[in-house]
Amino acid sequence: MTWNIDIANVTKRFGPRLVLNEVSVSIQSGETVALLGPSGGGKSTLLRCLNGLNTFDAGEIRIGEHVLQPGNHAADLQAVRRVFGMVFQDFQLFPHLSVLDNVIEAPIQVLGWPRAKAVERAEPLLKRVGMAGHLHAYPGQLSGGQKQRVAIARALAMEPRGLLCDEITSALDPELKHEVLEVLEDLKRDGLTLILVTHEMGFARKAADRVVVLCDGKILEDGPPAQVLEQPRTERMKMFLQRVLG
Amino acid sequence: MGTLLGAALPVGAQSKEPLIWGGDTDGGFPYVFANPANPEEVIGFEMDLARALADEIGRPIEFKQRTYESLLADLERGDIDIAMNGLEITPKRLKRVAFTRPYYIYQLQLVARADETRFQNLDEAKAKGLVIGTLGATAAAELLEVQNVPFKTYDDQQGPYDDLVQRAIDGVLMDLPIAIYYAAPDPRLKYSQLKPGLKFLGPSFADGYYGIAVRPNDTKLLADLNGGIDRLLDSGKLEEILHKWKLWTPDQYRLYKTVEIVAGGQEMRFGDYLPLLLKGAGVTVLLTLVSFALAVILGLVVAVARMYGPAPVRWLAVGYVEFFRGIPVLLLLYFIYYGIPAIIPGLKLDPFLAAVLGFGLNYGAYEAEIYRAGISSIPRGQWEAAASLGMPAALTFRRIILPQAIRVILPPMTSDLVALFKDTSVVSIIAVVELSKQYQILTKSGGGYLQIGLTTAALYLIMSVPLGYLSRYLEQRWGHKG
Ligand SMILES: Nc1ncnc2c1ncn2[C@@H]1O[C@H](COP(=O)(O)OP(=O)(O)OP(=O)(O)O)[C@@H](O)[C@H]1O
Ligand SMILES: [Mg+2]
Repeated sequence: MTWNIDIANVTKRFGPRLVLNEVSVSIQSGETVALLGPSGGGKSTLLRCLNGLNTFDAGEIRIGEHVLQPGNHAADLQAVRRVFGMVFQDFQLFPHLSVLDNVIEAPIQVLGWPRAKAVERAEPLLKRVGMAGHLHAYPGQLSGGQKQRVAIARALAMEPRGLLCDEITSALDPELKHEVLEVLEDLKRDGLTLILVTHEMGFARKAADRVVVLCDGKILEDGPPAQVLEQPRTERMKMFLQRVLG
Repeated sequence: MGTLLGAALPVGAQSKEPLIWGGDTDGGFPYVFANPANPEEVIGFEMDLARALADEIGRPIEFKQRTYESLLADLERGDIDIAMNGLEITPKRLKRVAFTRPYYIYQLQLVARADETRFQNLDEAKAKGLVIGTLGATAAAELLEVQNVPFKTYDDQQGPYDDLVQRAIDGVLMDLPIAIYYAAPDPRLKYSQLKPGLKFLGPSFADGYYGIAVRPNDTKLLADLNGGIDRLLDSGKLEEILHKWKLWTPDQYRLYKTVEIVAGGQEMRFGDYLPLLLKGAGVTVLLTLVSFALAVILGLVVAVARMYGPAPVRWLAVGYVEFFRGIPVLLLLYFIYYGIPAIIPGLKLDPFLAAVLGFGLNYGAYEAEIYRAGISSIPRGQWEAAASLGMPAALTFRRIILPQAIRVILPPMTSDLVALFKDTSVVSIIAVVELSKQYQILTKSGGGYLQIGLTTAALYLIMSVPLGYLSRYLEQRWGHKG
């Protein structure tokens, strides 16, 4: 079973404002896609549509065998959400739960795993993101980088096919960014599909298979990083790159 | 009213200032009560007696409405000059006030439902654990207490008979004059309040005397009044009044003999009233906890309905909150206890249950708002993070949102608990005997306002101060940060 994503003519409005304008993108299972673009371009909105956190007004999104359509907020929405884990810019760890409990909460409550099994699976995940030494710490006691790594482990604990990451390093200092980006590279090697909204050009160039640029609700560029970042076709893209790269 | 100038008594006649007489028309038939045909007018056999006495002592007597239980205190404070309202002359009362010679010899009469077969007298009722109702702070109540018969007191004389008819209690023990007006099917009784399906159980017993109470140092007034009663007895005027009200019994001939009742009865001691106060405190705590549990459940349901329900449910929740926050809890209690049975006969709640319902509904409205504020203080991102993990909304609410909201909710919730704890004292209006009511009862019959008052206050403080500290501690620990 493959978990390709097909976004076809997705349109989204917030009131009078057209935020996504007939966006179409296809993403292969196992691809790493960097989603770039100016602020307000619609990146977050698109990502949230993929996870059913936002509805949309027209078009269709296929994720494997699941179909998301306007109005039809799939009966299997919970199942759709389990295909992709989501990691947020502001972490959104559950502050009343320890690191370990953050990670095992959904497997126990949603998948119905016994606690022992959930813990057994969670420990290697936390080790993988370098948080094995903080199982019983609470989110309030962690640095931003540590929190974000726990958030990644929490998403992975549901055994998703991939991760949707929305600027997950923007709230972090440069050294801490590094920790998190390393984890992502590791996950890419494992074959997870990664869709990353990011402003890390270096990381996009190095780790992404593809760069998609979203501007004013439309796809401005879509191609391999070398092409999109080094030989932009449009003036708009050149301006954007100039601004981002300083 | 006839002439106010007492021809025979120049001594009393110098002062035309009216004598203020305290009584309670709520006490009812046949003493003093509002004329059913003309509620402005106060009538009763004591009103007739007062008029006759005014003629005798040459001074007008003016009726002033007071509550029955506070008559002696009103007298002591000087709000009234005499108290006359079926006041039994008891040794205990004689320690506080002076009484005139008796103007009526009453007996106690046990009344039960007509189909009653389980008991014939107080001893049998006691053996079977049956509950007898009576008027609070009366000789009948004292007798039931001393004899250890399970009993329940009321603030009005009609309540016990109503409850008896509705099978909430098993018998009523009250002064014969009252029993006559509520349970004797005598068609000649002009103001009969006859309740259907009741009967007198056994003969009346336990003689006692009604007298007029005056301040102990008003010796001249006392002498005047005694002289007046003497002459009313001699002229047959008193007998005439009692006949008119169908209260005359052969026993009344003994009024002509002088009776001597001396002050006595021991002072309530700490060991006597502490158990009663502790029992009252227990009721206060139980009432507080059960009411609060109801308020918490209601509050949570209403908060969730208001935040996540479909439009009509939301309006209902808003309506609930506004309504129950907007009306005084006293009114609510009164309505639940007295109003509902009047509208839906047979739906008579036990007073404790009525109190729990009233406080639960009232505090539920406040809790709902606290919970709503607490729940909305949790950022949207938490809902989204849980949703992205595949958690459905109800699960998210229970496992993620509520546990965090509780930190915000707990401090104001604890202060509400303290407030409710103190608010419970208002339930005395619906005959729940908790700590404050127990204090009232104890001091009404025996005085001792200070010692018993201090003990009562100490009991309240022992319970409320730690709660207050808990509230402040939670506030400090969790109040500022979610
Ligand atoms: N809940 C909302 N209600 C109304 N407008 C919204 C909402 N969410 C986003 N928007 C608007 O939609 C547009 C696209 O927002 P989006 O967050 O997708 O942009 P973005 O590309 O992620 O920008 P950034 O790089 O700043 O995060 C913006 O103009 C934003 O103001
Ligand atoms: Mg964004």
